[in-house]
Amino acid sequence: MDITEQIEAYLLDEMSAEEAAAFERLRASDPDLDQKVVLHEQFIKQMKDYGEHRKLISEMNAIHSSLDVESIREEVIPFGLKVRTMWRKYRVNGAVAASVALMAVFTTLFSTGYFNKATSIRSDYNALRREWSRDINTKVKRSQNEILQNINATTKEPSAPSLFGGTGFALNTEGYIVTNYHVVKGADSIYIEDNDGKSFKTTTVYVHPSYDIAVLKVTDPSFKLPKSLPYSFKKSGADLGLDVYTLGYPKDDITYTRGYLSSKSGYAGDTLAYQVDISVNGGNSGGPLLDSKGNVVGVVNAKQDRTDGASFAIKSAYLLEAIDAIPKDSLGRKVSVNTKNTLASLNRGEQIKKIGNYIYMVKVY
Amino acid sequence: MIKRSEPADNEVILGILNGSKGILEEIYKAYFPMILQLVVMNNGNDDDAKDVFQESVIVLYDKVKKGDFVLNSKLKTFLYSVCRRLWLKRLAQKSRNTGNITDFEDVLTVEDDIERHEEKDRQFTMMESALGRLGEPCKTIIEDYYINNRSMQEICEKFGYTNADNAKNQKYKCLQRLKKLFFQG
Repeated sequence: MDITEQIEAYLLDEMSAEEAAAFERLRASDPDLDQKVVLHEQFIKQMKDYGEHRKLISEMNAIHSSLDVESIREEVIPFGLKVRTMWRKYRVNGAVAASVALMAVFTTLFSTGYFNKATSIRSDYNALRREWSRDINTKVKRSQNEILQNINATTKEPSAPSLFGGTGFALNTEGYIVTNYHVVKGADSIYIEDNDGKSFKTTTVYVHPSYDIAVLKVTDPSFKLPKSLPYSFKKSGADLGLDVYTLGYPKDDITYTRGYLSSKSGYAGDTLAYQVDISVNGGNSGGPLLDSKGNVVGVVNAKQDRTDGASFAIKSAYLLEAIDAIPKDSLGRKVSVNTKNTLASLNRGEQIKKIGNYIYMVKVY
Repeated sequence: MIKRSEPADNEVILGILNGSKGILEEIYKAYFPMILQLVVMNNGNDDDAKDVFQESVIVLYDKVKKGDFVLNSKLKTFLYSVCRRLWLKRLAQKSRNTGNITDFEDVLTVEDDIERHEEKDRQFTMMESALGRLGEPCKTIIEDYYINNRSMQEICEKFGYTNADNAKNQKYKCLQRLKKLFFQG
């Protein structure tokens, strides 16, 4: 009989009494055999344990599948826990997602200029300054130009082309020039260029952002002050249908365009401005709007995109009001406005020839 | 605290010792909800609760059958403490939680029981894998004889051996191989 068989038979009580006694004697005298018996007994027990363990699990699984876990859960878990566990699990992700969304919204709004007050609602309102470059680094370039000028202080005129441009016209014989605020906004330096192509440096002496008016003064000593101005400024309002024209610099040469006054209110009912059916473009901003007798009735400043014949000009009454509002002490004395008109009897061509000398291209760096 | 009808603790102990089938169901129904609550309220799901609870019942059975179960606390507290410890370990493995848990019951120290359980669990896994590698018909013969307590005669008929001695021989060979597999790991 094999030894394992003997051990097994002994352990399972399958031996006769004599056999068992003989085996026990042998076991007592042989430690090796004793060790084997113990190990075998352990192993059989392990197997039995394993079997019971498996049986227990399968019984429990049977019980578990007979339970309604769903209803137990509802019974033991307080109401609203699901939401709370979800919250606990996903609050970090949620917070990250929310901040990314906020960032995206504000970045988009910022980059599309939503926070830029002037254009916040006026999506199709196009201020008519001329842009040489729509480069995103405009500001940087501008300041670089400024640095360049400081280094080469002797250079009278910057060599690089100006970044923005508009039109300006003489207010009086003292070197004051009117243009639009939006033309000179954020400027490092402003030059005017006359009909002959000569440039003169100016400084901004006054701005009125809500009227979109800026008043410049020519500081260049070589600028020849005019002896008299041919046009005057109309103090009262103009009538609908009034035949008007403007001179400006939508390109490098002075350009004449004409039209008529089509409404007494401007963009979206703005009472500061007239609506004028006249074809003007970027660069016309700041140009004078004149009637047939040579009176300035307004300052061209904008047009409506995607709408035909809707350009806008600030009413001359508000121009005068803005000029009136210039603090006296900042300039030493009041800024006067030309009141004498010498154009009334002239035809359009002669008028333009005379006026042209007092219309300047405004170049903003 | 969850109140529901619980079997008397000494009845449970007796039932386990007598191998009563009904008592397991009573334990399950009385205490599983408590463990479900514990696990689900602490980042677990239904299946986690099931696993943990069944393990704790195995620990209880093992302890009772070993004969050293002294009822110096409520059975409920014992099961709860085992489950709590097991669940904390799992959470640590999943690193979802650093050891804080929302408690619903009193807690006992059950470290020794858990360690013993883990040791046994390792052996069960080894046995399972050894049996798995043993192959047929050895696996069934061994299981029938040692685990399901079938007689050699039944096995002989089931496998169509000509006589019980042949079956017995086959069983010895199988047992030797199983031992080899088990101790080799």
